Amino acid sequence: MNRLAVRVIGPLVVGVLFVALWALIVWFFAMKPYVLPTPIEVAESLWTDGPSLLGSLWFTLGVTLLALAAAVLIGGLIAILFSLSRLIEISFFPYVVILQVTPLIAIAPLLIIWVHVASKALGSDDHPMIALLVCAWIVAFFPIVANTTAGLNSADRNLVALFRLYGATRWQTLWLLRMPTALPYFLTGVRISGGLALIGAVAAEFVAGTGGAETGLAYRILEAQYRLLTARLFAALILLSLTGVIIYLALDQLSRLILRRWHESADTGEEE
Amino acid sequence: MPAAGPAADTSPLPIVDLRGVRKRFANGLEALAGVDLTVKRGEFLSLLGPSGCGKSTLLRIVAGLVPPTGGTCQLSMGGQSGRRVASGGIGFVFQDPTLMPWSTVTNNVLLPFRIGGRLGSRERDRAAAAIRAVGLAGFERAYPRELSGGMRMRVSIARGLVTDPELLLLDEPFAALDEITRHALNDDLLRLWEERRPTILFVTHSVFESVYLSTRIAVMTARPGRVSADLAVDLPQQRNRATRSTPEYVAMCDRVSAALGQAIAAP
Repeated sequence: MNRLAVRVIGPLVVGVLFVALWALIVWFFAMKPYVLPTPIEVAESLWTDGPSLLGSLWFTLGVTLLALAAAVLIGGLIAILFSLSRLIEISFFPYVVILQVTPLIAIAPLLIIWVHVASKALGSDDHPMIALLVCAWIVAFFPIVANTTAGLNSADRNLVALFRLYGATRWQTLWLLRMPTALPYFLTGVRISGGLALIGAVAAEFVAGTGGAETGLAYRILEAQYRLLTARLFAALILLSLTGVIIYLALDQLSRLILRRWHESADTGEEE
Repeated sequence: MPAAGPAADTSPLPIVDLRGVRKRFANGLEALAGVDLTVKRGEFLSLLGPSGCGKSTLLRIVAGLVPPTGGTCQLSMGGQSGRRVASGGIGFVFQDPTLMPWSTVTNNVLLPFRIGGRLGSRERDRAAAAIRAVGLAGFERAYPRELSGGMRMRVSIARGLVTDPELLLLDEPFAALDEITRHALNDDLLRLWEERRPTILFVTHSVFESVYLSTRIAVMTARPGRVSADLAVDLPQQRNRATRSTPEYVAMCDRVSAALGQAIAAP
């Protein structure tokens, strides 16, 4: 049996066993559907509620991807700023850490008030999505800043010396040496941030509890909970996990593609 | 092959003139204790000494990468003399190949030109010539991780030579290679030196390598380093595999070994 088959069959067997065990438990303990629905009830809910859940998923995914994009952009810029000045790094890094370690759930209510006030002051409509974006961004940007800063500072010392020998400017060293060195670190940060952005978006939605036209998947989960539609809750949960997995796989593939020719981490072991 | 520029400089000043060079690092470590050394234009000078004797530090001082804490280091190149020289005047080859893993062989070799802000067809031709000169024709588009250790070192040498530097500094470049590869690269380095005639300052801790390659050997003491013996290598200019078994070569190795032994024993 080749390795690919094992990679597919192994997890598949575990999955099937898990679903069978789940069905068995529901049957054996005669569980009420609002406590634990059967796998079949969940599948039915996925089928019937699927279209409307997908609409909500689309909203949550939008928040996640926008937050990730902002984290990549702003996180990358902050890291470059840190690498250019040791003083800036030393002065600001503790606050970046504080922002990271304070639980988002605790900051979210504040952010939601502020964004509401700010958008009113600017004379525009209330944009609940902006508050969600800011929350998801706060969770997502730290791994990018931390990883990229580490990467920018870990250029080969002899190469740095060589750049000096040939009279390279600061910008040349940054552009030709530090940034390429940091690329694998940065991409690792992006992979972590992808998952965190989704978590941030969901957590923020729980707090914000956005109703009305724009509702994300997290709100649908709350709603399903209130109405004891546990099968639908499961369906939403499955969509959420699938989204997380797809985001991770997509970013992983992107990183492999970019580093294919030169970095060990992208080595699939298929050559030679 | 571009014209051999370096040898054209007929300045009477030695290309490198070190007077009483001292180096004490911030942590108090005394690496060099008054090194006097002049390097004449066109010679192949080996700095031979035990590990940790400050040879590499001395090389970095010559390159202007590390300031000495005492003494003077005068360079005289391209009609200029002083502490620093125009970029491209010095080539540096490290113990590790020190290549950029994200760049092809060609782009690694082009680095000195890219930093210098000139990257025309003339520079590309010179890079191609340098790659051919180290025997890597056909590998221009390969990435470092696709090459063997010896090939990576060849790329590093090509990069060091591409600007046709007057002075080429090599810091134990072959120490990490197996013996067969090392001998092959020794011969290549000698050939390149004869073709292009840069002045070479070569750091090594191998007696055999220093005798095989050099026209002159400066033996350094253990830390804090200074030059304890200065030996001319009077072997025929043309050297090859057979040289390694001539009685003259063996005798020279004995002399150098004895000098190195004294240098290590000296307080």
